[in-house]
Amino acid sequence: MDDPYDVIIIGGGVVGCFIARALSRYKGRVLLLEREADVCSGTSKANTAIVHAGYDAKPGTLKASLNVAGNRMYDQVCAELDVPFQRCGTYVVALTEEDLHTLDDLYHRGIQNGVSGMRIISGEEMRRVEPLVNPDVRGALYAATGGIVDPFLLTIAAAENAVLNGVHLRLETEVTDLIRQNGRIVGVSTNRGQFLGRFVINAAGLYADQLMAQAGLHGFTITPRKGEYYVFDREKSRVRTVLFPCPTAISKGILVTPTTHGNTLIGPNAVDIRDKEDVTVTPEGLEEVFAGAQRLVPTLERRDVIAVFAGLRASGSTGDFLIEAPAQAPGLINVAGIESPGLTAAPAIAEFVLDLLRECGLELLEKADYNPIRRSPPRFSELSPREKAALIAKDARYGRIVCRCETVTEGEIVAAIHAPVPARTYDALKRRTRLGAGRCQGGFDTPRVIHILARELGLPPTAITKKGPGSEFVVRETKEWNDSGKV
Amino acid sequence: MLKTLSYDVVVIGGGPGGLAAAIAARERGAERVCIIERAEELGGILQQCIHNGFGLEVLGTDLPGPAYAQHFINQVYQAGVQALLDTMVLEVTPQRVLYATNARDGILEIKAGAVVFSMGCRERTRGALAIPGTRPAGVYTAGTAQRLVNIEGYMPGRRFVILGSGDIGMIMARRLTLEGAQVERVLEIMPYLSGLKRNYVQCLQDFGIPLQLSHTVREIKGNKRVEAVVAVAVDERWQPIPGSEEVIPCDTLLLSVGLIPENELSRRLGIAMDPVTGGPIVDEGMGTSLPGFFAAGNVVHVYDLVDWVTMAGEVAGRSAAAYALGMAPASVYRLRVVAGDNVRYVVPHLFHPESLAQGPQQLQLRVREPIEEKVQVILEADGVEIWRKTERYVRPGEMVTVKLMPDLYDRLQPASTLTVSVRKPR
Repeated sequence: MDDPYDVIIIGGGVVGCFIARALSRYKGRVLLLEREADVCSGTSKANTAIVHAGYDAKPGTLKASLNVAGNRMYDQVCAELDVPFQRCGTYVVALTEEDLHTLDDLYHRGIQNGVSGMRIISGEEMRRVEPLVNPDVRGALYAATGGIVDPFLLTIAAAENAVLNGVHLRLETEVTDLIRQNGRIVGVSTNRGQFLGRFVINAAGLYADQLMAQAGLHGFTITPRKGEYYVFDREKSRVRTVLFPCPTAISKGILVTPTTHGNTLIGPNAVDIRDKEDVTVTPEGLEEVFAGAQRLVPTLERRDVIAVFAGLRASGSTGDFLIEAPAQAPGLINVAGIESPGLTAAPAIAEFVLDLLRECGLELLEKADYNPIRRSPPRFSELSPREKAALIAKDARYGRIVCRCETVTEGEIVAAIHAPVPARTYDALKRRTRLGAGRCQGGFDTPRVIHILARELGLPPTAITKKGPGSEFVVRETKEWNDSGKV
Repeated sequence: MLKTLSYDVVVIGGGPGGLAAAIAARERGAERVCIIERAEELGGILQQCIHNGFGLEVLGTDLPGPAYAQHFINQVYQAGVQALLDTMVLEVTPQRVLYATNARDGILEIKAGAVVFSMGCRERTRGALAIPGTRPAGVYTAGTAQRLVNIEGYMPGRRFVILGSGDIGMIMARRLTLEGAQVERVLEIMPYLSGLKRNYVQCLQDFGIPLQLSHTVREIKGNKRVEAVVAVAVDERWQPIPGSEEVIPCDTLLLSVGLIPENELSRRLGIAMDPVTGGPIVDEGMGTSLPGFFAAGNVVHVYDLVDWVTMAGEVAGRSAAAYALGMAPASVYRLRVVAGDNVRYVVPHLFHPESLAQGPQQLQLRVREPIEEKVQVILEADGVEIWRKTERYVRPGEMVTVKLMPDLYDRLQPASTLTVSVRKPR
């Protein structure tokens, strides 16, 4: 067993990674545990990628205050971490008379929550801003502080910055139990042994309630709330603005938004389910999402779709975030029920957790050598011809295109495989480099990427996976027969 | 810092269309001809098509894909065509300046007298079909699986279901069976085969692999790796028939559900496109709407035989050379070629009757619906029938070729449209 840690964080989603990064500014030993083969493998990887302004949440809730606080941190955080973020503003679109009243309500709620830069605009102005919007639009709530971010790169960058500042990260390490001593939580048991720590932070996303139950804390439950999405070809069905419908009681509704990479994304619906692993896309869900999005942008075309996916929100039973240091389980900090606006709030949640840790007696002393700056590896497709030439002159592998749709080079892939948070699977590479995220969806690059991963990791191609053990791409060599003549 | 090159004709893509275009451009008199190919060798997709069935039309012999390719690769080098291998074109300007990259030279700036697009096509994906279910490993397009098996030497699974009766899917059904895998079934959403009949006979029937028409995949199951697919029968409007669901255990789903011409470069140049074929609008010389840009092969529309791709490449290469040498035909009078009854599309889209002075020309078409009896292919100039021929049958999976003989010239002359229809005889 390793020396005891000061803090063990369970869960490498956006929340866990931002807590790790916030802690890495201070002296002390920090361990970040993730059960999957990469960080950003659960809710953080399958959501709408919106930085919300903060007018949705009920005033006085943690959701409201941490949304607004988190939103204000985004410019600095994304500049420090070198992550694509566009504060492009968002619009809630009113299509009916009743919707117009909803806009007023949202506006006033936003004022109460401390949101700045809101304005109610006319239908005409909305049509001017977004020519593809439903021509029946009667007005919209514009929120200048809303924006879009790449949630993969944000989470990975936070984790990398934490690792570069001394945090230990263990992937494919699943917490099976909490270790209790004299009434205090003092560590965790995992599939890879036990780890002791003065504090254990439960940022386990959908499974946070199960960990709470293991700590003897009952009553708070998490319901997986499924949301399904479509992604469109970058060259087609292209919107310029983030368009929300008027919200319902349980969800912000099915929206239409550009991503930071220029694709249009539509979704999500909201279906409460039981299975915390069920990211199945359903025919009914797809119908619902398409119809919902067409209310906002009637010209969307199914033939321009390049991918569909589903994500699960970790919807807590109180309706609010639960961030607490429970008296019944000293040593444990719960960060649970982090559904939307969790992505926006994540940097502020991390600061909130640090305050809780201080209150619980953890002394946080600043490190002299903390470096908040993390630079992205070069992105070939975004460089000028001269910059490209200079990069290839330094490392010839940047001259070889492996993914043609997104123009991703071998150099970028190799850099990601050997990065501080290494990409050891195909999907991990996809989240970092965008390979396979284009219109051919990996048809061209997959055999080449298997080869590069095998070479760089020193593994046989049969050991290369899409997303960790059990998701191998190839099963055996050809011409490989056993004695019975069967394979 | 950028390395600069200059050619009379630059061919983008070294598959069968590009090879033929380069050879033809040299024969037509272009001195400096270059093929830019992103793979490490010429030949394109043929290199992974190790089955036979190539060359009967053009070479009069039945060859495997790599042998067919090698025949033309040898000619390319003998003709003194240059090849930039392992090289990707990043951008093309309307002034015919290309930017390309490779690991040897870095960024290349290439000036071209004429450009031939021969980027081929790509496969329709699971995402484009929006197949419900999970997103596990083990879902491949047939061509990706073909590369894994035939080039990389690895089996992508043990137990397969194939969605789509496209040619590559059927050929892979046989290939995987020969490698010891179990191919459970081929599902086809249409009530008829989408590939060639001969592939059905040789690849499915001969190996006892069942084909289910009017069936599709309703759901993919399995979180890490495919564990099963749910197959379902569909009605005439391709809607699933409730109660017909069947769970087929498998570890791999192959998709052979259509090919899409690869036209990112052409589209960015603003070249006029045909929404039906997914390729550029071309004339009988394979010229696009942008002067100096030509297109050859599957980049224009998806062919069923490589031999036709080679012939189209020759046409494009000759036209490109003529343009680069300033010898392009000056005639402006042309007809619009229109898809009539039961014709999904016709290529070329525009036809200059003057071209008949050079010899016979070709129209190629695909029908909408199969007709398994004698049918007539009819040409009408401004609504007046000028020519007809009889075919024994027509199938969407099999292209129909119409040879326009020079003697049609006078009958075409004053018209503005040329309509092609496929009808049952009255």
